[in-house]
Amino acid sequence: MGQFSLERAGEGSGQGIMDIDPFHLTLSKHGFELKREVATTLQINVGFLCNQACRHCHLNAGPGRNESMSSETMDEVVSYARRCNFETIDITGGAPELNPNLGNLIRKVSALAPKIMLRSNLTALYDGKRDRLIDILKGHRVAIVASFPSLNESQVDSQRGSGVFHASLTALKELNKAGYGQEDSGLELNLVSNPTGAFLPPSQTQTEKRFRDVLERKWGIVFSNVFNLANAPLGRFWHWLLHSGNEEKYMKKLVSCFNPSTIEGLMCKTFVSVSWDGFLFDCDFNLATGLFMGGVERHVSEMPGPPEPGNSIEVADHCYACTAGAGFSCAGAIEH
Amino acid sequence: MERYYRPEDLQKFDEIGKEAPELANKFFDYYNAVFEEGELTEREKALIALAVAHTVQCPYCIDAFTQACLEKGSNPAEMTEAVHVATAIRGGASLVHGVQMRTVAEKLSM
Repeated sequence: MGQFSLERAGEGSGQGIMDIDPFHLTLSKHGFELKREVATTLQINVGFLCNQACRHCHLNAGPGRNESMSSETMDEVVSYARRCNFETIDITGGAPELNPNLGNLIRKVSALAPKIMLRSNLTALYDGKRDRLIDILKGHRVAIVASFPSLNESQVDSQRGSGVFHASLTALKELNKAGYGQEDSGLELNLVSNPTGAFLPPSQTQTEKRFRDVLERKWGIVFSNVFNLANAPLGRFWHWLLHSGNEEKYMKKLVSCFNPSTIEGLMCKTFVSVSWDGFLFDCDFNLATGLFMGGVERHVSEMPGPPEPGNSIEVADHCYACTAGAGFSCAGAIEH
Repeated sequence: MERYYRPEDLQKFDEIGKEAPELANKFFDYYNAVFEEGELTEREKALIALAVAHTVQCPYCIDAFTQACLEKGSNPAEMTEAVHVATAIRGGASLVHGVQMRTVAEKLSM
């Protein structure tokens, strides 16, 4: 048996060590070695500043954070995207809307990949200051991936902050008015649902069916797809697990639900994640823990092109969150 | 025995098959089939199980199906309503027997 420690969870104290098999050992027991394939997605994390401080956030993003991607770093990221021919560019944060250069970034990358996505917490997008940004998003056919964990007010507000449930409903209605989520509009509106506690997500197909029924019936809201994601035991979520006494049970749950058939579809195989200051990672969870791509601190400006297929992917015990049950990627469940 | 109920015993449920494996296998196969999606969704079945768990007052079942309900996408408001359904039926079952009491009492009374 191995050990999962707070250091691995990015908390640094080294206390609270528990016995679980390390992820790399579980992989090798099943005969797997995680290797990169052709990179198809560039995820750009434009900063940790956020108007919310969600309790499941693996990045500890919040109003107190001041890390934000500069326009110079953005230009270096754009140049990198130009060198790579990604299929998808996925913009995330924090709340990416709070980066003053987001509009420029979208304009610059929209010609560089067939699909551009923006991850939004909804409340930052409709804080009354983003009318121009919404026009830009529509104009460039940017798909919106919006956090909406539950149909229940107390669950949403408990995870994301008081009043967020109703603010999110208002934002979704506004997005629908703008054409987002409407059939044949070409404006994709996807909802992301993370569990509101120390448990795994339900079936994505069932969640989508239920969300579609209830959101339309109760609030007249339509959307494109629901993506279910498990909470990674990192950052503020790990802190909450510790304080609520759920850390051991949750980790053991993730480990016991390890599903070998999820390995093939793991996002890290085809993903490049770039941090607000321009460094490269295999995924956003490795970014949260400072686990650099290839184990080397490498800046985007130094990368001649996409990472080579066959290169090893950095793993740690938080990877169990992506291989549990149906498995989870940035596009939701791996197995449907 | 310090305590009759220990949370860790729930994880040992399959050990019941050590003495009579064929019967246990039949039970667990049936049990698993029952909770698969059919005309009812897995979420709906978990809510029914949670309500029944409160009726039979099994702490193992309450623990297991609280977690199952959350993992199938139910929220605490729905789960609380399910427990009220169980409570209403339990309470109603007592109360409706009051009719029997009244029938007996009427027969015995002037």
